[in-house]
Amino acid sequence: MRLKPRLFILTLAALLLLVSATAAERGSDGQLRMLYWQAPSILNPFLSGGTKDIHAASLVLEPLARYDENAEMVPALAAEIPTVENGGVSADLLSITWKLRDDVMWSDGSPFTAADVAFTAAYCMDPEGACSGASRFQDVETVEAVDSHTVRITFRAPMPFPYVPFVGSVSPVIQEKQFAACTGARAPECTEQNFGPVGTGPFKVAEFRPNDIVLYDMNDWYRDPSQPAFSSVLLKGGGDAVSAARAVLETGEFDYAWNLQVEPEILAAMAAAGRGEVVSAFGSLVERLVVQLTNPDPALGDKRSTYQDGTNPHPFLSDAAVRRALSMAIDREILVAAGYGPAGRVACSVLPAPAIYVSTANDWCMTQDIAGANQLLDDAGWVRGADGIRAKDGVRLSILYQTSTNSVRQGTQALIKQMWREIGVETELKNINASVFFGGDPSSPDTYQKFYADIQMYTSSFDGTDPQNYLQGWICDEIPGPENQWLGQNIPRYCDPAYDELARSLSKTAGIEERAAIAREMNDRLIGYGVLIPLVHRGEVAARTMSLGGVRHNAWDTTVWNIQAWYRVK
Amino acid sequence: MLRYAARRLLFSIPTLLVISFIVFALLDLAPNDPTAQLPLTIPPETRQTIRESLGLGQPFHVRYFRWLAQFTINEPLNLAERLWGIEIGNSEGRLRVRSWSTRAPVVDLIAARLPQTLTVVGVSYLVAVLIAVPVGVFSAYRQYSIFDHVGTFVTTVGFSVPTFFTGTVLIVVFSATLGWLPSIYDTTHRVTDFDSFVYQVRQMVMPVMVLGLYNAAQLSRFTRSAVLDNLNQEYVRTARAKGLTEPVVVLVHVLRNSLIPVVTVIALGLPSTFAGAIITEQIFRINGVGQLLIGAIESADIPTVQTVTFIFAVLIVVFNLLADLLYGVLDPRIRYD
Repeated sequence: MRLKPRLFILTLAALLLLVSATAAERGSDGQLRMLYWQAPSILNPFLSGGTKDIHAASLVLEPLARYDENAEMVPALAAEIPTVENGGVSADLLSITWKLRDDVMWSDGSPFTAADVAFTAAYCMDPEGACSGASRFQDVETVEAVDSHTVRITFRAPMPFPYVPFVGSVSPVIQEKQFAACTGARAPECTEQNFGPVGTGPFKVAEFRPNDIVLYDMNDWYRDPSQPAFSSVLLKGGGDAVSAARAVLETGEFDYAWNLQVEPEILAAMAAAGRGEVVSAFGSLVERLVVQLTNPDPALGDKRSTYQDGTNPHPFLSDAAVRRALSMAIDREILVAAGYGPAGRVACSVLPAPAIYVSTANDWCMTQDIAGANQLLDDAGWVRGADGIRAKDGVRLSILYQTSTNSVRQGTQALIKQMWREIGVETELKNINASVFFGGDPSSPDTYQKFYADIQMYTSSFDGTDPQNYLQGWICDEIPGPENQWLGQNIPRYCDPAYDELARSLSKTAGIEERAAIAREMNDRLIGYGVLIPLVHRGEVAARTMSLGGVRHNAWDTTVWNIQAWYRVK
Repeated sequence: MLRYAARRLLFSIPTLLVISFIVFALLDLAPNDPTAQLPLTIPPETRQTIRESLGLGQPFHVRYFRWLAQFTINEPLNLAERLWGIEIGNSEGRLRVRSWSTRAPVVDLIAARLPQTLTVVGVSYLVAVLIAVPVGVFSAYRQYSIFDHVGTFVTTVGFSVPTFFTGTVLIVVFSATLGWLPSIYDTTHRVTDFDSFVYQVRQMVMPVMVLGLYNAAQLSRFTRSAVLDNLNQEYVRTARAKGLTEPVVVLVHVLRNSLIPVVTVIALGLPSTFAGAIITEQIFRINGVGQLLIGAIESADIPTVQTVTFIFAVLIVVFNLLADLLYGVLDPRIRYD
């Protein structure tokens, strides 16, 4: 065979490139420097539940399966994803059997077995241990090791979506050998174990200083001999989001920074330097207004903001026309541009992703319609008074609108107040310190559960990709009140037997298409009825330097989910 | 003197007890929740279990006395064990004050952070004294001269411009634009040879200057007024009449007498070097004791906040006593007995 010399050289060069790209050597790329301005406090995710701690632990601890950036499940410690078709999920949906990879070693050189998985379940299900991931095991009857590399999880009731325990970085496997003496009430006392868990992931903990740094070394026992490319990782914490962005995008001292909720124009100016890039990924996080459907009047005493079988309705928000008009009057494009930039999109649904669950039924909310909103209120009999505020039968449309203290949220509040003014609604703004607002202190009047206001704003999402538990949060039984220490999740106090019926059928339906259809219908009820007014679909924003390759920004798992494949661009 | 010191020490015990009660009660009564930081995907029932596991279900007095016993008895015993390598009683079963967010003993967290706080804040205090005393003396000696006016201007600016502003300006100039100095303090850096020493100096320059200038501004005003007071005294006239040279008059006679109040001010300021500098530590990510405190406040880690605050209280009481004793040592006119 005769090749033209130039072509020959090019082919050779291409071949060489290919070889160097695929057969990169473990640990050949030096140190990866990451900046988390919210520093991790503990590396045992079961004792924290905080996102920063789960991220930091996920370099070390792995689940059986995780989600990729397209919300598809991919096996991690499992050999394959069990389904009804491959016999991994039983036909009665009462059990799931995971086959584990047989080539996985813990970073101390001992083999990873099914016993570790069963132990992890026992660790988290121990009522004395106060495991933050306990809710993922609430329907689990038993977790048993069938043989050294097979685990069977049995549920109390049929589970149409059995991929809850051990799926995603929030539910990893810990080593039995290391944590055997740390179960139950002793869990918090095992500082050494909680600060340096032995894992199966690409890195192992070399040094941990709580709320300051984590130093990881590559795990010599990692199953892929060519990974990870970085020999060590430094995860530095502290400071604030703006200076974290600066350290990556301007000074280049760090390779990666996470959670950069920074004013869009500041971020854009820093990225213009060309040293790094801002990346965002969208999960299921939606910033929403929650509408109070019961009466929050202080004169009601104990009955304030409580559901009394419909006898305690809100003086004006119980009118569907008012709720709809409030939503129509909002220009969501402006809210996104002012407060979120690349980290936000207009949302008209409480299930914004994955694509199969997205409903377009309420897409009217995409464009602001002041005239339509005014017309709606006129038709419903709300007449403007001398001060421009509408009223009916002596009830004025005057709203107390609360949220947590945060500059973006206060900006959004001010914009919405202005928009509502245009339809004759008066708004009083209030902001509450986040640790009080989201804190569950039953003696505090300012918690979001007590909801002593007319409208409140916050963000929420669901774990993983299945919205069943999330949608279950708006059934009648979940309404918070004094009798359940205000612990329910149905904050708007919405009670609709038809919705409860849908929730019941969702928990019994197995096919993904059917489940999605029910979920969309539930979403349409919540939004159509005006229980929730979705505002912004929020993304997670991070920054990376141009020389960091392999980052696949993921909102369904931790952003460092594929860190074993990250490399230095040469 | 010894009797006076003993009496003062004895009096400080009830003071500290009252402080401990106020610190504990104030933080306990504040509406706060350690689970508020968790994502909303964690259901309320789980949050309730976590709160109970942290001991929040128990009555106030039980928690207060347990914390007091852990802090005043258990922790000193642990410290003694570690210092002398001995074992006193049942050291395994001894309960320690544990942080809620890290679940580690608070005293260990503070011990891990003291080195970087003492290095940066301590050096900055030293720098402040080294700048402040000469500037103060010279400003007083040449009162209303150009040097005095410039010094007054600089110190006023230094004292009134907040550290979060000067810190950010320095970072933008020296790190972002010129690229000379690192903007993030590396707490894992160890000095082993000359190069690593140079790096340590480079990463300390900005935080030390920010804090040093701020403290120097205050101290130099103090020195200036103390020297001015003394310069008009009769003994200065006597010294000059004896034919002593100006350097001897100012640096030996005047300075010695003027330093008496300055030294006490410096001693009173020393506890702040242990407390760290919350804002400066946050800006340069030094993650010392100040950052521990602010982080604990943000995450409602009440045991950490209570313990750190109470340690500051102890330090302030102790250094107050030291300042008083030092006053007696420096000034022979003062006798406590």
